[in-house]
Amino acid sequence: MERMASHTVLQKLEILADAAKYDASCASSGTAKKSSLGSEKGIGSTEGMGICHAYAPDGRCISLLKILLTNHCVFDCHYCVNRKSSNVQRARFTPQEVVDLTLAFYRRNYIEGLFLSSGIVKSSNHTMEQIVEVARILREEHDFRGYIHLKTIPEADAEIVHQAGLYADRVSINVELPTDAGLTRLAPDKDARQIEGAMGKVKDDLSEAKDAQKRFRHAPRFAPAGQSTQMIVGADAATDADIVGKASRLYDNFRLRRVYYSAFSPIPDASAVLPLKRPPLIREHRLYQSDWLMRFYGYKPGEVMQATEADGNLPLDIDPKLAWALKFREQFPVDVNRATKEQLLRVPGLGVKAVHKILASRRHRTLRLDDVAKLTLSITKVRPFIVTTDWRPVMLTDRADLRTMLAPKTEQLELFAA
Amino acid sequence: MREARSLENVRLGTYYVVQLPEPDDFGFWRERARALVQCEVPPDRIAWVEPGGNGDLFSHGERRAPVPPPDARAVRANKRFMALAKNAALHSDPDRFALLYRLLWRIQSNPRMMEDKADADVRRIEELDKAVRRDSHKMHAFVRFRLVEPEEGDDDAQEHYVAWFEPEHHILRANAGFFMRRFSNMHWSILTPQGSLHWDTETMREGPPAQRGDAPGGDPMEELWRSYYASIFNPARLKIGAMLKEMPRKYWKNMPEAALIPELVAGAQKRESAMVEAGTLEFEERPETLEAIDKAIHACRKCPIGELDNSAVMGEGPRDADLMIVGEQPGDQEDLAGRPFVGPAGQLLDVHLEKVGIDRRAAYVTNTVKHFKYVQRGKRRLHQSPGAKEIDTCRWWIESERAIVQPKLILAMGASAARGMLGKTVSISKVRGEPIPLEDGSELWVTAHPSYLLRLDGPAREEQARLFDADLAAVKERLEELAR
Repeated sequence: MERMASHTVLQKLEILADAAKYDASCASSGTAKKSSLGSEKGIGSTEGMGICHAYAPDGRCISLLKILLTNHCVFDCHYCVNRKSSNVQRARFTPQEVVDLTLAFYRRNYIEGLFLSSGIVKSSNHTMEQIVEVARILREEHDFRGYIHLKTIPEADAEIVHQAGLYADRVSINVELPTDAGLTRLAPDKDARQIEGAMGKVKDDLSEAKDAQKRFRHAPRFAPAGQSTQMIVGADAATDADIVGKASRLYDNFRLRRVYYSAFSPIPDASAVLPLKRPPLIREHRLYQSDWLMRFYGYKPGEVMQATEADGNLPLDIDPKLAWALKFREQFPVDVNRATKEQLLRVPGLGVKAVHKILASRRHRTLRLDDVAKLTLSITKVRPFIVTTDWRPVMLTDRADLRTMLAPKTEQLELFAA
Repeated sequence: MREARSLENVRLGTYYVVQLPEPDDFGFWRERARALVQCEVPPDRIAWVEPGGNGDLFSHGERRAPVPPPDARAVRANKRFMALAKNAALHSDPDRFALLYRLLWRIQSNPRMMEDKADADVRRIEELDKAVRRDSHKMHAFVRFRLVEPEEGDDDAQEHYVAWFEPEHHILRANAGFFMRRFSNMHWSILTPQGSLHWDTETMREGPPAQRGDAPGGDPMEELWRSYYASIFNPARLKIGAMLKEMPRKYWKNMPEAALIPELVAGAQKRESAMVEAGTLEFEERPETLEAIDKAIHACRKCPIGELDNSAVMGEGPRDADLMIVGEQPGDQEDLAGRPFVGPAGQLLDVHLEKVGIDRRAAYVTNTVKHFKYVQRGKRRLHQSPGAKEIDTCRWWIESERAIVQPKLILAMGASAARGMLGKTVSISKVRGEPIPLEDGSELWVTAHPSYLLRLDGPAREEQARLFDADLAAVKERLEELAR
């Protein structure tokens, strides 16, 4: 403990940013519009769209100052680098230090705001209070109007968690693992029911605040960017079908804005209960794609699960939408001049934007293959599944080698697999 | 009819040259375009020239704006076109104003043409709009302010934040509002090769084009920012393509953190392999037979206990036993004999098992930690309890044994065995006497380790022996229930 006191802010930042990097989310979007124009001393704005102020070589966006208040932790979750039995170097920020750092970075336009999480010190309540204190100083003493994402601790009192929601743009609670068995095994101090109970409470707070806002213009805002969660992929035996099922239940039950997936990555000083190798990064990518299918393409969770292979996992070599189309070939080809929006959204290679463009253009002309090519990124991927005035795929959807024809080349795959 | 009217105002064959006062002056374009459309000047008879553009080529052209006839029709333009045009006008493409005019001209006869996404002009204006929006977005993201401290002794002077940025398109003025709303109470300047903006918390001032040297060369806070950038990067996942797509190299030179990228990339693979090694994560597939486990544990050096002068001790008993008895680790005698529970604690265990009527030969007996941990005191090897991390590391083997034997009931004796089963440290007095369901469907019972009894005397020992017997009796009863 004494040794810690000698840590400089730079050393602490290194330790506590390093410890925070296993949280995937860095989103700063979807919150209420705020501006500091006309305020006495305020700083900051949010305009709905998130901004990535930099990208790290891991391809991830750096939008927020994402740090832990401390990486001391009384919990012993095996997948976590900060667990009690881990030998990592420990450090601890004071709330004021986090505030100063956030403002200094914000003024130089490095960040959109703060994403604060913490290991559990002393007690869950004490830790949650410290997190809330950072947000309080930022909002009340500095009139900070940038983005704040607070990780809340399911074991803490609802009262304090509620306070966090009043200061934050977004709150999140990690479900950590897709199955309860996995949680029991890898996070023995955590309790799935407690986590879901806390998420349910946040959901209630969100709807209540929204309700109040409709009636009273100045009703306090509660986490206008909603709540999100994160699941670790590949640390337990859960299949993609399990994960997709869990995610869709979470979306339904807790009206989450996002479920983040984090491919389990080898952590320093790992516990031996963990799997041995990290899952391919492409698996995380496929899960995000399936997430998109459910959120923007009208697929039901059951349909995404239909795209999985015999082992319950999504194929890695092709995307889940193509996998689904190859399994249900009788639904194709689709006539781009006649098909409904729902049918068009199922065509592999047609994104939401392309579908809207097709729908708008076909009011003005009968689309030929050339026209469709102009509206999409790659016509070769789309061609086997569509009919235009001058194009009809001859028996193409019956070909057994269609998958090989359409699967991206291995070299391209490597780019993601890195 | 219409043609006859417009002839009064436009000479046939006139070539118009419109000189824009500023490259981003959309308002000026709009006024001129409206008049030209009303005079029915076709797109191919107009040259739009921006400042610095080569207007001399058109020296013979008409530079005065045409005056529309008083009864000219109102010019039509829909919302979608206006939204795109405002942005597209900021693009650096010299042909942008001609494109906008051509579209406006065509909209007059086909008001819904903007919906035709397959049209070449419509696609082009959408491309320009997209490029400008992207450039603006990147400006919001990648401008980096550097602090200029106020001069000493000057009490009125404010902290001043200055940035140097090189946008690709004419977007500076259009984005002043963003920085104003965000940094309203800061004094700041954004300098670019096309012009500069200065904000003093109340008014916005425009200044002339600047040079990189006009902006400060550094900021003490950048060291912290760079260290944050390096620390938040996860070297276990390298996706350079994804980074380059969103943060192309052309922006790097004005971003203090970008200088780190080459070394971070180079170090990433090295760091990952180092992490995996340090993490003792070298296990391959789970062994599928008890023989394979036996062989593997003898070679196991994943924790320091394996490095001592000892030999691994494998569990023993029927491969399909209903009961698995798990202790802490082999002791001195077990290590020498190569069999579990043959020393003093094992002998005591046998006595108690016999007392309650459990047949040890029908149970699979094993240890949580496979090697004997000790410290040498003279000739004697003194038992040392394994640490939490050593137990967790060794858990791999006991789990492999469980997967093969698949016992219905596991009796964990002592805190180490309980941790090996549960992954967390529990208090024996709190959990003993009750079944704990395990995820594979089996159930766990926890009791004290017999060596604990050996260390006690008198009434305390009697009390503990009674509790131990009670636990064993409960296990026996439960086993019989499960067998039914």
